[in-house]
Amino acid sequence: MVMVPNASVAGRSSRSVLSNFAQLGNPVSRGVTGAKTLLGLATLAMTAPVWAVKDMVGGPGVNQINLTQGVTKIAADQHWIHNFLLWVCVAIFVAVFGVMFYSIWAHRRSRGAQSADFHESTAVEIAWTVVPFLIVVGLAIPATRMVIEQKDTSQADLTIKATGYQWKWGYDYLKGEGEGISFLSTLSTPAEQTALGSKAEKNETYLMEVDNPLVVPVGQKVRMVITANDVIHAWMVPAFGVKQDAIPGFVRDTWFKAEKVGTFRGQCAELCGKNHAYMPIVVEVKSQEDYRKWAAAQKAEMLAKADDPTKEWAQADLSDRGAKVYASNCASCHQPTGKGVAGAFPALEGSKVVLGKQDDQIALLLNGKAGTAMAAFKHLSDVELAAVATYTRNAWGNKAEDAIVQPKDFSAARK
Amino acid sequence: MAAVIDHPAGHDDHAHDHPHGWRRWLFATNHKDIGTLYLWFAFVMLLSGGVMALTIRAELFQPGLQYVNPEFFNQLTTMHGLVMVFGAIMPAFVGFANWQIPMNNFSFWLMPPAALLLIGSFFVPGGATAAGWTLYAPLSVQMGVGMDMAIFAVHILGASSIMGSINIVTTILNMRAPGMTLMKMPLFVWTWLITAYLLIAVMPVLAGAITMVLTDRHFGTSFFNAAGGGDPVMYQHIFWFFGHPEVYIMILPAFGIVSEIIPTFARKRLFGYSSMVYATASIAILSFIVWAHHMFTTGMPVTGQLFFMYATMLIAVPTGVKIFNWVATMWRGSMTFETPMLFAIGFIFVFTMGGLTGIILSVAPLDIQLHDTYYVVAHFHYVLVAGSLFALFAGTYYWLPKWTGHMYDEKLGKFHFWASLITFNITFFPMHFLGLAGMPRRYADYPMQFADFNAVASVGAFGFGLSQLIFLTAILKCIKGGQKATDQVWDNPQGLEWTVPSPAPFHTFETPPTVK
Repeated sequence: MVMVPNASVAGRSSRSVLSNFAQLGNPVSRGVTGAKTLLGLATLAMTAPVWAVKDMVGGPGVNQINLTQGVTKIAADQHWIHNFLLWVCVAIFVAVFGVMFYSIWAHRRSRGAQSADFHESTAVEIAWTVVPFLIVVGLAIPATRMVIEQKDTSQADLTIKATGYQWKWGYDYLKGEGEGISFLSTLSTPAEQTALGSKAEKNETYLMEVDNPLVVPVGQKVRMVITANDVIHAWMVPAFGVKQDAIPGFVRDTWFKAEKVGTFRGQCAELCGKNHAYMPIVVEVKSQEDYRKWAAAQKAEMLAKADDPTKEWAQADLSDRGAKVYASNCASCHQPTGKGVAGAFPALEGSKVVLGKQDDQIALLLNGKAGTAMAAFKHLSDVELAAVATYTRNAWGNKAEDAIVQPKDFSAARK
Repeated sequence: MAAVIDHPAGHDDHAHDHPHGWRRWLFATNHKDIGTLYLWFAFVMLLSGGVMALTIRAELFQPGLQYVNPEFFNQLTTMHGLVMVFGAIMPAFVGFANWQIPMNNFSFWLMPPAALLLIGSFFVPGGATAAGWTLYAPLSVQMGVGMDMAIFAVHILGASSIMGSINIVTTILNMRAPGMTLMKMPLFVWTWLITAYLLIAVMPVLAGAITMVLTDRHFGTSFFNAAGGGDPVMYQHIFWFFGHPEVYIMILPAFGIVSEIIPTFARKRLFGYSSMVYATASIAILSFIVWAHHMFTTGMPVTGQLFFMYATMLIAVPTGVKIFNWVATMWRGSMTFETPMLFAIGFIFVFTMGGLTGIILSVAPLDIQLHDTYYVVAHFHYVLVAGSLFALFAGTYYWLPKWTGHMYDEKLGKFHFWASLITFNITFFPMHFLGLAGMPRRYADYPMQFADFNAVASVGAFGFGLSQLIFLTAILKCIKGGQKATDQVWDNPQGLEWTVPSPAPFHTFETPPTVK
């Protein structure tokens, strides 16, 4: 709903479910905050008053009942073909069950109905084989056109690679304005809201907000090259009509051309382990000019932040940096306490790998461990890896022999 | 229906003096006893899978995490799927097959150990497998020992299915009563014959897929690991080559049961018997060439998407023929609405809704939006719960008097029907909306905007779960006693089972009946 800026205001008024249904064919004024009466029973039992929740900007509306209209031609086409199919199905449904319920009413023994004796009719049977076949052919024609359109990723203005990690997305701008920009995008909903048993009030964009959104220019064809680092993920943004599995070791592509400036949200759509629900996608569509400014600023920032991997670091500096790297990459499995989860994720506190020779830990961080949830983290920089290794060797009472691992050790191990 | 007889005439019968007590069940050679074992096993599994589903729905009642952490949530969704598919729906249909089409004991006694492996895997370090019932690699390669237990359990269940299927095929082809030609067989027997061929064809494929996962996990192979030259998507192709026929394995016998019940209560012969047989066979054949419609978002080429979209859409044609035939059977009949008929009509009604959302999902460019959302969850529960499960309920009430010798309590049966139908729709109808709004499936937690429909679905799910206790009550009551059932039970039903006493004697036919 929120995909259409004016409508998100119009949609706030309270509507009944029935009027929502009536709006199915009319995307612009599709209601979103209705369904109150039907849901009264359920909402009564809930502690948080649900009606205080508003439509999410760029995400789902409250009690949204139809596909989003979206901001790309593909999403609009999908919206159209869904409504078209829905009405065809409703017509079939009414026709078939109209006959069936009439028969149930009229041909019952309690009304004195006597059973007839017919049990086949070649003409009728041919008719109800041929007619559905023709309907299906009719549906296939617009669908075929749309498949061809969706798969045409040629002549893109901008190419961006999205990489699925357990459990975040990485973006690399490969070609076009902003080439060379690269960052990770992680859920930014505070942990106290997502924790088991949390009573904390939740954000309006709960679970669909990130620290670094993907930024793209409006009106430009963006080709997304999609892959994964560990298991299969799926990159989905309903407002763009895009969903593409991210497959480790393979690249697949899809495309979109956003026609409106704004923020649009999606989530990972392929089961990828325990934090599957916690790796959303946020895309900011900016005007050409704003995009240009953003790209320039981003590049300048990356340059300023670039670490010199040959520098010798002090242990305290590395540990401080490592605590942050740990929090955003390791803590979801090994836990902030370093105690892990028994049976699933090993503890780092007192771990042989962490306390032992640094080479083993370096190899494990760079390559992961096959057959377990421990992924390869070679996408992190040498400084980040050295920092997190140093941090784990000194945190939670750990006292490793080699208390400090330098970035150059990782650089050497990579060769 | 006993289209086929227990023992050929003059067979040197070793079971005349049949064992009693626990030996009767453990060493059962009587097909009706084995059928009973299957049915009770399936019911226990239905309740176990149901408890998992209700835990899932309790967690999803509100946004935020209230009762379980995401790891355990994923274990629950995975095991709910495996238990319901392999433990409840499939064995229940096999139970009906055993009662109506005599077969063997060993394939049953393979099932309890497999069930123990599955349920027991919750209690090993790392818990049960949490990779989804599809066990997609490479996620399934990451799991703990619970995954190995699930793999072995599915191997055993697969072996059981294959043995059972071979029995069904040989029994139907070799042991029909004199005069029972193939085109005179009851439709339930026809649908099971076709289903058995599907099982024999695809269970080895599943076994292959999960064995490759096993060797990837432990023996250093790289079937599904790109770094070693493998391909994760290949797992999906192999899995769904099994998985799509599997869907029809779970629905074809349901078609058969409904095709027995509708004519009985409409007091009119089944309309289009031969087109029913041909439609069933067409659906079975088509089921082998549509598998990749589960994989439209993997990034298939245009031609791949188009082929699988067209093939999938075609399935609507034979399925439509079946629904039209059932409606035509009811047309100008003389209908009464006992519980089996209510469930059969309920089946047609809700199954068709699942079929129509199936057409919507078959449209590849639209499936891109709906794939892996709650729309898909709604779709397959409409066909598997309201489809397969309702047909199983219908069949149970239909044959219960023949099995027990007593009439079931009609009031309880009707109460069970209406409670199930209403709560089923409260549970699963709102999921269409959630899916259209973009809520992904297999999510332990979700944005606030999805809260209301999730709450409604959870309320409905608990209602649906409780409704099944009515079913249990009705069955227990019928076993304990009740009005004596006549041999015919219903008004002039078709099928040889209605010519023997109720309950059916230990040896159903002492001499083979002749079919005119």
